[in-house]
Amino acid sequence: MSNTPARHPSASSLPRLGGAARGAGLEMALTLIGALALILIAWAAPWLRFVLTIALAKGIAVLGILLLLRAGQVSFGHAMFLATGAYTVAFLAPSVPEALILLPLGGALALGLGLVVGLFVVRYRDIFFGMLNLALSMVLYSLLEKLYSLTKGTDGIRVAGLTFAGQSPPRETQEWLMFGLALGLALVFGLLVRAYLASPMGQALKGIKTRETRLEFMGVPARRVLLFAYAFSALMGGVAGTLVAMTSRHVTPLLAYWTSSGELVFIAILGGAGSALGPFLGAVAFELVRVYAAAQLADAWQMILGAVLLGVILFAPGGVWGILSARLKGRAA
Amino acid sequence: MTQAMTQAGTAAGTEAITRRGAMLGALTSGSLLMAGGNAGAQQKPSELRVGIATFLSGSASVFGVPARQTAELLFDEINKSGGIGGVPVRPYFVDEAPGTEHLVGEYRRLVQNEGVQIIFAAISSGSCLACTPLSDEMRKTTLLWDCGTQRIFEEGSHPYAFRPQGYGGPEVLAPLLYLLKHKPDFRSIAVINQDYAWGRDSWEMWRAAMDAMKPGVRVTAELFPRLGATDYSTEVTRLLASRPDVILSTSWGGDLVTLVRQAAERRLFDRSLFVLPVAEASLQILGRTFPAGHIIGARGDHWNNHPKPKDPARLAKFVESYRAKFNEYPIYPCHHMAQAISAMQAGYARAIAAKGGGWPNDAELAAAFRGLTFDTPTSTITLREDGQGLEDQIVGISHFTERFPFAVPKDMILFPAAMVATPVGQKSVEWMKGLKAEFLAQVPAPIAG
Repeated sequence: MSNTPARHPSASSLPRLGGAARGAGLEMALTLIGALALILIAWAAPWLRFVLTIALAKGIAVLGILLLLRAGQVSFGHAMFLATGAYTVAFLAPSVPEALILLPLGGALALGLGLVVGLFVVRYRDIFFGMLNLALSMVLYSLLEKLYSLTKGTDGIRVAGLTFAGQSPPRETQEWLMFGLALGLALVFGLLVRAYLASPMGQALKGIKTRETRLEFMGVPARRVLLFAYAFSALMGGVAGTLVAMTSRHVTPLLAYWTSSGELVFIAILGGAGSALGPFLGAVAFELVRVYAAAQLADAWQMILGAVLLGVILFAPGGVWGILSARLKGRAA
Repeated sequence: MTQAMTQAGTAAGTEAITRRGAMLGALTSGSLLMAGGNAGAQQKPSELRVGIATFLSGSASVFGVPARQTAELLFDEINKSGGIGGVPVRPYFVDEAPGTEHLVGEYRRLVQNEGVQIIFAAISSGSCLACTPLSDEMRKTTLLWDCGTQRIFEEGSHPYAFRPQGYGGPEVLAPLLYLLKHKPDFRSIAVINQDYAWGRDSWEMWRAAMDAMKPGVRVTAELFPRLGATDYSTEVTRLLASRPDVILSTSWGGDLVTLVRQAAERRLFDRSLFVLPVAEASLQILGRTFPAGHIIGARGDHWNNHPKPKDPARLAKFVESYRAKFNEYPIYPCHHMAQAISAMQAGYARAIAAKGGGWPNDAELAAAFRGLTFDTPTSTITLREDGQGLEDQIVGISHFTERFPFAVPKDMILFPAAMVATPVGQKSVEWMKGLKAEFLAQVPAPIAG
């Protein structure tokens, strides 16, 4: 990955090479430290294991938001892919209880939906892109809510008991399995996104943000670039949804509601779009702030969450990742 | 949190926690990370912690906040009179508004970190459906204090979950029986329910029972405006035009208030008879706007003008102390909270007695709730073998008296819980489909007053 700048030779490539390598090293070190810290917390405080599993799952979905953010596009409807994955699990678990089959299946269905939806939405940019996504996700929400005989409406569906590679382990082991699965997938998708962003396809996303016409002049089809990113993000949303459903074991249409999509964007901003680590930093920070706020002030946790976001926007536009990397780089230099 | 650690059960448990705690202390200063642990807590704890899931924000906080106030009021009273088995009680409130995925996380936090010994969950049926399987897994006695879905005990058995109050089935059937007695000749009906699970479920049950006991009623309109709608002009127009004899609405909260105001303005109440099974909680807000002569329910028997409460002094004391503190009459969620607290007291008393004065563990506590009978200010409630509580239902006709600045029922019929509840092991809709017109003969006579 450190050879990326070499592929785009420019006058400043040489000094940047060192910086990029150091940045990559920092990112890797932080990832390892972060993963270890999460495992330690999950071991020490059993109840946080659940919260962290959900946070990791949401982090995976937010990785998808991050891809689109690179192209300057904000999707206010990405929760639809999360819900697709989650409802796949809920619907199929009674007949196919195997988690290791449901997981890719949920991802694949979301990917399919992402491709179809993507064909339409990648024609639009900015507010139109965001609003179209929002509209489509609300269509899914309404379907989940109104097809009462199928989906049990707002009360939602209980996810039946799952098996892992044919085994049905006790609760404690199952929680660890879900946590491990989420952590493993988070690492895999994090690395994939990193490699993708460094590739020419990923670099082209930046081109969409700065000036799309130039991209077209270079012979790069912007729509196809964005469609690929969109489908990839849908896949990650679907996988995240399956993880959420398997962990919380109950799905409701609220998963597809616009507030859930907003939450994903919130996490992306909170974490910072500068690195593939950002979504996970953001998701863990978000879930912990929410759970701490709810524990301390059951009446006013929304206010605390809002204040944190305002604080991040006003004082740390690079998000948690921005704060961390600036501080660590400053120390290293 | 240090309290949580000192009272953490057996020596081995404490040691493990201290080791973890020490490791974490080095890692972070966050107090919540300390695992509270309740391994083996068999000796009498220093306090009895009760987790309470309720709506503290969002539209359903019209139920959640009064219930929270009730819990605070009654917990204070319990502590003033020596606690439960000599142990003071302490509530831990959590907001169920952010959705089930947050709530199941909070449930785990309450059990694994705060060390609560019993949980009250919840108002929303979705929350209850998500929490009951968790109660099975974590073996924590859970009182379903306000949710109404019939699915809980009809779709599976939950050894640690109990519902110390009625549920959707009787709360729909009782008003229907009242209607069949009060206006047996109605020929058409329209429904306007909120578009979510309760709105759909209640109509499905109503329809099943109505078609079974009085076939041939024409349904002129089935309207499901969205939850939280603020404008019902289209629906009111439809209802005015379709001229049904009866209009059913199981809507609640702000939605019902808005619907009643907009329907009253356009004289819909003059044209059709309304049946409002969840009206009680909105009557104070509506005051004199609410028209007289319509069928109203309270999700139970706890009306302020209950004709013959079991313990009139207790009811009066509860209502007066609530009014004195919060300047309003208690509504049904307050009574449901009070019922859950009564059930908790009775359950602990029974478990402690069964253990000869010792403090019960989780399994012993849950065992004490099975078949438990406890007193409420208005009646007694028995928890059936499946965990469902048998709460009587009182339905009546709205009217105004000197005593209250809002509508209360008259010509009340008290439906015994066992009569209107679906028998154990049967599904509500199926059971209601099999009801016969002769069932009406069992309905008691109205009580004047």
